[in-house]
Amino acid sequence: MEYFLQQLVNGLTLGAVYGLVAIGYTMVYGIIGMINFAHGEIYMVGAFMSVIFFLLLGMFGLQWVPLQLLFVLFLAMAFTAAYGWTIERIAYRPLRSAPRLAPLISAIGMSILLQNAVQLLQGARPKPLPPIIQGKITLMTRADGFTVSISYLQIIIIVVTVALMAGFTLMIQRTALGRAQRACQQDRKMAELLGVDVDRTISLTFVIGASLAAVAGLMVVLYYGVIDFFIGFVAGIKAFTAAVLGGIGSLPGAMLGGLIIGIIEAMWAGYFKSELGEVAVFSILVLVLIFRPSGLLGRPEIEKV
Amino acid sequence: MAGSPYARGARDAAFAAFVAFVIALPMVGMRTVDRNLRLTLDFRLVEVASIVVLVFAGRFAMRLVGEGLARLVLPAAIAVVVGGWFADFATQTLKVVAVGGGLVVAATAILAIVKGARSARPVAPSAGPGLAARFAAGFQRSTVLVGIVGVAFAFALPLLPFADRRVLDVATTLLTYIMLGWGLNIVVGLAGLLDLGYVAFYAVGAYAFALLAMSLGLGFWEALPLAAVAGAVSGILLGFPVLRLRGDYFAIVTLGFGEIIRVILLTWVPVTGGPSGIGNIPRPDFFGMAEFVRRPVEGQVAFHQMFGLEFDVLHRLIFLYYLILVLALVVNVVTLRLRKLPLGRAWEALREDDIACTSLGIDRTNVKLAAFAIAATFGAIAGSFFATRQGFISPESFSFIESAIILAIVVLGGMGSQTGVVVATLVVIGLPEVFRDLAEYRMIAFGLGMVLIMLWRPSGLLAHREPTVRLHPAGGPPAETPAAGTAR
Repeated sequence: MEYFLQQLVNGLTLGAVYGLVAIGYTMVYGIIGMINFAHGEIYMVGAFMSVIFFLLLGMFGLQWVPLQLLFVLFLAMAFTAAYGWTIERIAYRPLRSAPRLAPLISAIGMSILLQNAVQLLQGARPKPLPPIIQGKITLMTRADGFTVSISYLQIIIIVVTVALMAGFTLMIQRTALGRAQRACQQDRKMAELLGVDVDRTISLTFVIGASLAAVAGLMVVLYYGVIDFFIGFVAGIKAFTAAVLGGIGSLPGAMLGGLIIGIIEAMWAGYFKSELGEVAVFSILVLVLIFRPSGLLGRPEIEKV
Repeated sequence: MAGSPYARGARDAAFAAFVAFVIALPMVGMRTVDRNLRLTLDFRLVEVASIVVLVFAGRFAMRLVGEGLARLVLPAAIAVVVGGWFADFATQTLKVVAVGGGLVVAATAILAIVKGARSARPVAPSAGPGLAARFAAGFQRSTVLVGIVGVAFAFALPLLPFADRRVLDVATTLLTYIMLGWGLNIVVGLAGLLDLGYVAFYAVGAYAFALLAMSLGLGFWEALPLAAVAGAVSGILLGFPVLRLRGDYFAIVTLGFGEIIRVILLTWVPVTGGPSGIGNIPRPDFFGMAEFVRRPVEGQVAFHQMFGLEFDVLHRLIFLYYLILVLALVVNVVTLRLRKLPLGRAWEALREDDIACTSLGIDRTNVKLAAFAIAATFGAIAGSFFATRQGFISPESFSFIESAIILAIVVLGGMGSQTGVVVATLVVIGLPEVFRDLAEYRMIAFGLGMVLIMLWRPSGLLAHREPTVRLHPAGGPPAETPAAGTAR
């Protein structure tokens, strides 16, 4: 039971990270109906940005951890957002009216390009970073000394994710941008006719998605303490799985899907072979899609002739 | 927008330069390096500055060309190319970017001047049937001729004087990818299903072949059909649950299956050898009659003795080359014939509109399953060939990137076009093979190439999609329009 709780805590943390990445997938899919395959690499870029800015701030002698974190968070979000914006502008916008597969191939190309460019520019070796936030709260202790604990870092990750989700949901529901996004999602042409700047809305969607992925990247840097140029691919697939699992196009769905994927992975690693975690994730995905093709929270697709 | 063309261009270019600055500053300008067991930063701000200047100049020049000032830009671009050729840059890459960018700008300027400096922005992909589209259409019309010439050349290749070991190796690799591309074309190009995990069948074929050959001691010619059967079975098993899904769900599940198979190969160590793979896979022999070895086992003849030739390692390579050539051609012929059968027509109809097909009484799942199984069979055969050619297989050879490459071949070629697959393979696999020395930049160029080709020809290099059969020959609806219902 205690072991289960510990894995649950770990899974929730992992799931929060996946959820943040999954939002990027689900938003882009909702608004332009394409799988933004390069999104996993954006997350990887975000993680690299975090490492770079941590080192940079360290050089400037900024030692107070909360301020350091805040700075890195904002810098990584801003600079990674530029990547999201540029990729959309260069690789996807010209293909908006192209056959369905063209943007996907372009996205796969972008993903390969980013991965290898980062490898070339930053080197292929893993990048370790000393732990920045240490300490934990012990929740309960079993008779044999096994403790269930939640580290401060895990608390921060979960709190930041929840805060971002809340802010983000508010933005979608209350602001003009959110309204424009929902309009584009429903009917792009009609939204354009009614004066919504579709190009700008889509650009901003990519910017938001990329900055959330950057937050996820920062979390992973803090949580695992080591990254390399290849982390984007697997995380991207898992996050996309999370988006589909929750019902693609649905924001709470993405978060829910992320949490489920994270928990499954942590449980699997805790009780079975950890290498087969991916197999478990995909098997669940297949089962969900077969029995509930529109995902957990997605609206069923209506077939139109 | 107000202002002179220069002001407008400069504003636009300044914005582009700013974005380039933001993108390049951390990634290019600050390199993370290990020093004394600690990660530190190396600064390379000169490179960032060069990138910003180059982006500004390039964007400004392109804008001026767009404004009809191509005559002014051309000499400047040429000056940059010449100057860049001799000047010293911080790195070789920047030099390539400067010279290459200058060439591109010069080329667009020349194009614009030739076109009478029309005001259309030259970077935007042209909508109408441009030169490339007309070329593609003409190419497709003369497919038969091109095909005959191509096949004749392929058969003659090993006999040509320049066909050394390296040429044969590259040609064999190319043919393997052509075969895979043709196989996947059945699923993606004809049936319109986006399969992101085709490499799974390639892996199934390779491992089935290797295990049959190693544990049961079967020869190449006995193991090959069995591996093909294994491929077909895996295609049906994997296809059955997923084929009900539509569009992108299908894509992601096939991707998942591809990864699952790879992970199983990695972790099922007793059977697959795990990460270290399977080695010493038997080489193919000459139709069970002779082997390609210098000294055959007692009582057997070797290939060179059988034909009274001097022993030459090239013999095996040439045999492998012809083997894959014939296998690939078989795939091609089968596909071309299948297209004429009701099954093939059902595929194409499904691709265009699967709801209409269902209402006309076509069993969607069965027809798709057939496409999946046939493509899986071909993939497995190609995998067997890969195993016997390499003599060693490991899960690394079957990663997602392989699926992406094969899919890229199909889509870049123009979905459904058999010649397109060949052309795209030459571009995607052939060019990097030629520039193997630039290994570091190979994958970058590969990714960039995929993006650029898609921007230039969104429906593929040789996309000129014609249904195999038509009810009203002349005035049907254009084939390029994707069906609205399947688009999302």
